[in-house]
Amino acid sequence: MLLPFALFLQAAPEKLLSLHPVDLVIIALYFAMVLGIGFYLKRYTKTGEDFFLAGRDMTAWVAGLSFVAANLGSLELMGWAGSAYQYGILATHWYWIGAIPAMLFLGLVMMPFYYISKTHSVPGYLKLRFGEPARAVSAVSFALMTVLMSGINMYSMALVLKIILGWDISLSIWISSLTVAAYVFLGGLLSAIFNEVLQFFLIWLGALVISILGLIEAGGWSGMVRRIHANFPDQDYTHLWRGLGDFTSNPMGIHWTGIVLGLGFVISFGYWTTDFLVVQRVLAARDLRSAKMAPIIGSAFKMAVPFIVILPGLLALAVLPEKLVGESMAGSGAHTYNEVLPLMLARYCGPGLLGLGITALIAGFMSGMAGNVSAFATVWTYDIYRALIRKTASDLHYVAMGRWCTVIGVLISIGTAYLVMQFLSIMDYVQALFATFIAPLFGTVILGMLWKRATPAGGFWGLLVGTGGSLAMWIWLRTDPAALNYIALSPHAKPMAEDMYRALWSWILCVAVTIVVSLLTKPKTHQELAGLVYGATEIPSEGHLPLYQRPVFWAGVVGLVFIVLNLIFW
Amino acid sequence: MHGKGSLSIWFFIGALLTAYGVLILGAGLYELASPPPFPAVLANLHASIWWGAVLLILGLIYFIRFYPKRK
Repeated sequence: MLLPFALFLQAAPEKLLSLHPVDLVIIALYFAMVLGIGFYLKRYTKTGEDFFLAGRDMTAWVAGLSFVAANLGSLELMGWAGSAYQYGILATHWYWIGAIPAMLFLGLVMMPFYYISKTHSVPGYLKLRFGEPARAVSAVSFALMTVLMSGINMYSMALVLKIILGWDISLSIWISSLTVAAYVFLGGLLSAIFNEVLQFFLIWLGALVISILGLIEAGGWSGMVRRIHANFPDQDYTHLWRGLGDFTSNPMGIHWTGIVLGLGFVISFGYWTTDFLVVQRVLAARDLRSAKMAPIIGSAFKMAVPFIVILPGLLALAVLPEKLVGESMAGSGAHTYNEVLPLMLARYCGPGLLGLGITALIAGFMSGMAGNVSAFATVWTYDIYRALIRKTASDLHYVAMGRWCTVIGVLISIGTAYLVMQFLSIMDYVQALFATFIAPLFGTVILGMLWKRATPAGGFWGLLVGTGGSLAMWIWLRTDPAALNYIALSPHAKPMAEDMYRALWSWILCVAVTIVVSLLTKPKTHQELAGLVYGATEIPSEGHLPLYQRPVFWAGVVGLVFIVLNLIFW
Repeated sequence: MHGKGSLSIWFFIGALLTAYGVLILGAGLYELASPPPFPAVLANLHASIWWGAVLLILGLIYFIRFYPKRK
């Protein structure tokens, strides 16, 4: 999603909006509140368990909302609203099939192993299951990716604020990043989670008003669809699945197999079940039932996000008098796809509401950044520093290391942000590396959890070869355009379709290598796998709970709504 | 959530939403009394007033419900 945004950021038009004093007060209050929460929570973060896992005391609701908010960055809000203008309702796949099944799977199947193993992180689980080499590969890659992604997120936020409000880039970068550094330094994951829940409310309350007013102006859903068909008679922007039978019959240039297997299976399951940025929030739950319920609660809210992100993009297709243009035409004087959300904000919101909307965007960026920084601090301290550099130190020492590496992580991110300013194409590079890492990691973790025969050597070589294979495919695609025909199965595939298929192949490669190497090497004993693998782990029964308190019941409810929504918008 | 006397996250949310509700409702009432020269689309619906009121009510519910109890 960062690639089209990169082009958007290259050409900054004059500012779109002007704020009033009341808007500035609203934004200032937000900064004061997040810092106040950090100072207040410092007293509760004394041990490593407090700082890195929020004392493992979060309720299912708090962990669930934080789980979704950490993913709901403002870059994502603006980017996907722009994608909805460009691709229509197809963009919703990234919120529904690209998230809900994976989140339910995490809650019901994978969470017990993460939680019972008492690991601090996903690389930590790999250490328990496959040994130190697998942990080292995944920890180093994750730390690197997290800092790079955080920097890009930070730079994008600053540039968006410059484009929308005319604010100075450096000032925005330093104020917002030092605010995040301060509250995570003070209160660790606890502070990050508290603020993410607050940010989740602000994002919803700031963005929902656009959808409500847009629907009123368009004449409801049916009025909106009629207007879109009248404005764009040659395109189908309002059906989720109907145009996916062929690469050329939908605006995204993708086939349903790419959506179901590449997005719905590999990328989605990889991100939602193994990316420590989101999994860390669930590990902070107070008990196993809360840990299982958190992703299920999160999935219900994730399923509703299109109503504040995709719907404004669709409404813009219906009500905006001007036609927005692609990012390649940025600078021509016309507004681009990624400016949809600010344009709709400016269209409907007067003083006060405008401040709330801008606060929602800032809150989104901060929640994403805090997620990256707190995950980086944990992985660096536990999976790199303690594992490879200083194995025996006091808990207090590791907490101090976590605090300072929060600041260092933010400073490196700021450096990355300035680097991105000089070499903008690095965003494409990092996005490719990020996708490269996630797909094979999912192959390694899922085999580790569900297949007792998987061995340490199998896990390590599968992860290494899967990641290397994905990188090789990426280089092949950049040096030989004909490769698209083999990797994405069609010369018409667009970049998004290419990513889906590359992820699928790298996952298959990882799984195949893990299986072959495992069958040729000595497995761990049943005792060594206790608490780590299906079939060797005793999972507490929920039979004594009434039906409405069981995670599986609520997962069924969410799954049913997911199916109904897909049928309604088919 | 963190021992006796500690403040809940919902209390912080209630406090901020209450403040936002007052500010946005106030801005909406001011706009009603003194309409701007270039109003937003659907300004006749006075979204700031009813959305500000929604925030204020929601904020007050959370603020009062989760206000720390005295020992």
